[in-house]
Amino acid sequence: MNTIFYVTAAVAIVSSIMAITNRNAIHALLFLIISLLSVSVVFYIIGAPLIAALEVIVYAGAIMVLFIFVVMMLNIGMEEETEKQWLTPKMWILPVILATVLLGIFIYVSREFKFENTSADIIDPRHVGISLFTTYLIAVELAAVLLLAGIVGAYHLGKPKKKIIHRFLIKAPSDIKGNMQK
Amino acid sequence: MKYVFIIAGVLLIPLTIAAGLIWVERRLLALFQDRYGPNRVGPFGLIQVLADVVKIFFKEDWIPPFADKAVFVMAPGILIATILLTFAVIPFTDNFLVLDSNIGILFFLGNSSLGVYSIVLGGWASNSKYSLLGSIRASAQMLTYEVFMGLSLVGVVMMADSFSLREIVEAQQGGWFFIPQFVAFLVFFIAGIAETHRTPFDIPEAEGELVAGYHSEYSGMKFGMFFVGEYLGVTLISSLIVTLFFGGWLGPAFLPPAFWFFLKTGFFICLFILIRASLPRPRYDQLMELGWKVLLPIVLLNILITGAILIYNSSL
Repeated sequence: MNTIFYVTAAVAIVSSIMAITNRNAIHALLFLIISLLSVSVVFYIIGAPLIAALEVIVYAGAIMVLFIFVVMMLNIGMEEETEKQWLTPKMWILPVILATVLLGIFIYVSREFKFENTSADIIDPRHVGISLFTTYLIAVELAAVLLLAGIVGAYHLGKPKKKIIHRFLIKAPSDIKGNMQK
Repeated sequence: MKYVFIIAGVLLIPLTIAAGLIWVERRLLALFQDRYGPNRVGPFGLIQVLADVVKIFFKEDWIPPFADKAVFVMAPGILIATILLTFAVIPFTDNFLVLDSNIGILFFLGNSSLGVYSIVLGGWASNSKYSLLGSIRASAQMLTYEVFMGLSLVGVVMMADSFSLREIVEAQQGGWFFIPQFVAFLVFFIAGIAETHRTPFDIPEAEGELVAGYHSEYSGMKFGMFFVGEYLGVTLISSLIVTLFFGGWLGPAFLPPAFWFFLKTGFFICLFILIRASLPRPRYDQLMELGWKVLLPIVLLNILITGAILIYNSSL
């Protein structure tokens, strides 16, 4: 189990780095998808099959498709030049500082608190459902309200301003009738 | 050792059926249209598929110079891989299955949502406007119909009390689910046709407008993979309909369970072909309106009513 974990974790890290440094937007997104898939394998190994499946369905399957859907419309060849301008060495300074702080915290925490081995119990979909609708009911309801707000907003933005009907489809309007009588 | 045989069987049987389906479809379409179809090569034209495969292997496998080469080559492979992976969770009989997982249905949904990439990337990597238009249509259509496909299965999961496909079949011993879940069955069937983009919903490859849609630029065996992938998808959706709504391998005991499974699956495959022969293609906005304005409310109502009846029954 541990070797599978290390291999998939390595794949996740390498593909995430490739996703950041790749200049072609679609290729970068494809590496991000590989990273999400390997994270899903990690979830499966540590005993969360439902989260693993949802990671594939929601992130890799739905959200990333929408990303690619948008990037697809861009002109090929143009964006590589812009990426080259943006990805200067100066750009790396702030992210590297922030990541180093996080790494320091991570090392501190893993040295201070000794964790048990990862062979925890397998949490099947039934347990996730039960705890979602008992312990975390308020969080679920709040998320539902948030989504509803999103739907209302999307409907408002996408509302058709004016319905245009083709003149052949209008049933006997007066001006066309008048023309025909002439 | 037995396990290796099962894996080999699960890989080979769907591929063989899918290749054979090309002949079956051409003969059946001919029958519906009162003509003969391919009947020259071998008895009843059975070797026609083999001849076609030999021909397609010897064709030049041309990659357009303007294409994104790596993604172009990868796209047809994703299609075949995701569909063949899904066959791992389908219980052909009680013990002839690769993986009895407690996330079986989610495994299928995840794979079918990854299958969208093959079409999106294939159309994008071709770098041609017809391919791109086809893949834009395909991704919108498949994202939409995935929603109803997932929601229509919720009723079945609630009745069977499990995500595992084997347990769903075993829960149907008292009665097949297509009677209490008839609405879900209809929605799943429609969404299945849209997911495999078969004829009433083959707008992504509408040959009158888009040459051949997302696979216009493909030739040789890469085109062959897209072609076989469509029939693999039909086989997959048919066997899933049988598993989820028509009792899988269950049937009267005078025939072996595997026979019942293949008989029912064959019936639904023929239904797919009959639908292709008889229905015209809708317009693109009609397709989307059918999805969001008709199928979504129906499926949500189905979940509500199924849940209410289950709670009422358990409180008795």
